[in-house]
Amino acid sequence: MYVYDEHDRQMLAERVAQFRDQTQRALAGELSEEEFLPLRLQNGLYVQRYAPMFRIAVPYGMLRSQQLRRLARITRDYDKGYAHFTTRQNIQLNWPQLEEVPDILAELAEVEMHANQTSGNCIRNTTTDQFAGVNSEEVTDPRPYCEIIRQWSTYHPEFAYLPRKFKIAVNASPHSDRAAIQVHDIGLQIVRNAAGELGFKVYVGGGLGRTPMIGAVIREFLPELDLMTYLEAIVRVYNRFGRRDNKYKARIKILVKALTPEGYRQKVEEEWAHIKDSPTRLTRAAIDAMKKHFTEPAYADLADCSDTLAELRFRHKTFNDWLTHNVHPHKRAGYAIVTLTLKKTGVPTGDVTDRQLEQIADLADAYSFGEVRVTHEQNVVLADVRQDRLFELWQALTPLDFAIANLNTLNDMICCPGGDYCSLANAKSIPIAEAIQRRFDNLDFLYDLGRIDLNISGCMNACGHHHVGHIGVLGVDKKGQEFYQISLGGSSQHDASIGKILGPSFASEAMPDVVEKIIDVYVNNRTEEEEFLDTYRRIGIQPFKERVYA
Amino acid sequence: MPEVISSQGVISHDDWVLVERPAEGETLTLPSGPVLVPLDYWAANAGELSGRGDIGVWLDGHDDPDVLAAFANDLPVIAINFPKFSDGRGYSTARLLRERHGYRNDLRAVGDVLLDQLQFMKRCGFSSFVLRADKDIGKAASCLNFFSQGYQAATDTDEPLFRRRA
Repeated sequence: MYVYDEHDRQMLAERVAQFRDQTQRALAGELSEEEFLPLRLQNGLYVQRYAPMFRIAVPYGMLRSQQLRRLARITRDYDKGYAHFTTRQNIQLNWPQLEEVPDILAELAEVEMHANQTSGNCIRNTTTDQFAGVNSEEVTDPRPYCEIIRQWSTYHPEFAYLPRKFKIAVNASPHSDRAAIQVHDIGLQIVRNAAGELGFKVYVGGGLGRTPMIGAVIREFLPELDLMTYLEAIVRVYNRFGRRDNKYKARIKILVKALTPEGYRQKVEEEWAHIKDSPTRLTRAAIDAMKKHFTEPAYADLADCSDTLAELRFRHKTFNDWLTHNVHPHKRAGYAIVTLTLKKTGVPTGDVTDRQLEQIADLADAYSFGEVRVTHEQNVVLADVRQDRLFELWQALTPLDFAIANLNTLNDMICCPGGDYCSLANAKSIPIAEAIQRRFDNLDFLYDLGRIDLNISGCMNACGHHHVGHIGVLGVDKKGQEFYQISLGGSSQHDASIGKILGPSFASEAMPDVVEKIIDVYVNNRTEEEEFLDTYRRIGIQPFKERVYA
Repeated sequence: MPEVISSQGVISHDDWVLVERPAEGETLTLPSGPVLVPLDYWAANAGELSGRGDIGVWLDGHDDPDVLAAFANDLPVIAINFPKFSDGRGYSTARLLRERHGYRNDLRAVGDVLLDQLQFMKRCGFSSFVLRADKDIGKAASCLNFFSQGYQAATDTDEPLFRRRA
């Protein structure tokens, strides 16, 4: 994992001092609210429904146990003893005091953390696959590139006042995309060309929100050393020509659509021709130096212990379920990837208490070299667990409610904080998630349904990624009443698609029934090998419409 | 008395008068003394205006700096207007003038220029700043140097941090 050197530490200390000064000037009335706004946003601070909301960056989802313990302490000392894992691999506090935020930033800086650019019209936290570096499928570990992008985008002097927010995601797996790169402003797929050289397939203009769009490929192969100059060209074209007259039309996707992807590509290539050999061009030495931060932990030489696990599976059904659903194969023999699910019914999705943060830190130290990853599905991953300790770990997780074996099932939903917390929301989302979880409380039934991504957003800003849920739920406001609109057939994988709206929206009480009817249609129509999305794509939306609005 | 601060932190009297774009149908009459004229006015009258030490040009957010490509260094001052401090186009315009068109003379930020953006402007090649009237120019010097270094190459340095580390 990346470790700061004196340069990183110095700049971060300067940033904290700068924001302390800015906060004091804001409180003293020297900075107007309008002038303070982008400054506080770029330091993670929103003013929300009931209190400020403070978003802490977790670069590409990686956290050390020491950082988790510090977060726990911060939630106790400055907040109400809990935090929220977001859908962009970050962490939010819901109740900090404005005047204390500089102190929180100083505490974070001590453990090499910050809230830089977690909001505002700038380049945000770069996200990636939570299984980066440990899954056997990936072309290479994407994290060194994510950190290179993080450093380039941090305090970038030219790109702090873009037309709108800007999100970059990186994926290195050819067959799966846990980073949802095609719905990002820039999506980078790491690939090898015919000559075996490493590079990037570049997507631009994807995004959710009001105008959901799948990114367009503007380059099939960008050599790795050209990454930063090319990103600089893409963002410069956007900074110069993106719309600024209407915030709903200001994202890069609108510009890409207006110019056409080919038109955008031409502008980028033209710009890039001027700067491709500029000092921003990466060097082999820089990449190699960065890769040294992401070397493998001290793995033991082990063999897979399939036989022992098979026997334990046979003896313990719940362990068997957990192993099947929450544990993934590791690239290294004898190890496994374990996902801790934070989707306990009755607890808002992604919420963790200070005590739980410390428990996760202890588990990371005991079982996974002291590191965890946060996922955009709002779960936590222990990436390097010895297979011969899986049973022991499962026993430790169970009383903590982290072993609920619902990963990737209907109940492992993505859900934004919604109207319970967020001032943007049109409707509550947490109670909808809970009501659906209560309706589908039989795990065996959930397993039989297979993978279903149910994503819930409380408004069209789409923090809950509803457009790319197999089943998407969007909260809408109709004359002061909360209603929910359903869409079907979205996907954030390599076959990315935007869900289609089913029809008129429903009141909250109707939602469990509606979801049940949708599931019925799938169950009645599926063939043996089909998952929900396959069936939907084969039979279309009509049968679902007929059943739900019958 | 209007004042300007240089990227070195030196405050001086601002002699340059910015001439607004004329309204539709109006013709522009230049006051005496050093003036900054709108880019399109300059482009239409380049023959008579270029090479004069008392005529500079100002660009608005949407103006294309490429128009000045061949003539930039004939101008003693180029100003870039920030219609709103949150409109970041001027940062790109500045870098293009410096890094693409090799502009070497004074590059001035005008308009909604506040304190907290000054160092980014400086890094993008601005060499002088006319702050919005209600901002305290006495505080500008420290804001120009809040950060001791940056991660990126920009107009101020050819050495991104990754090259300095290597």
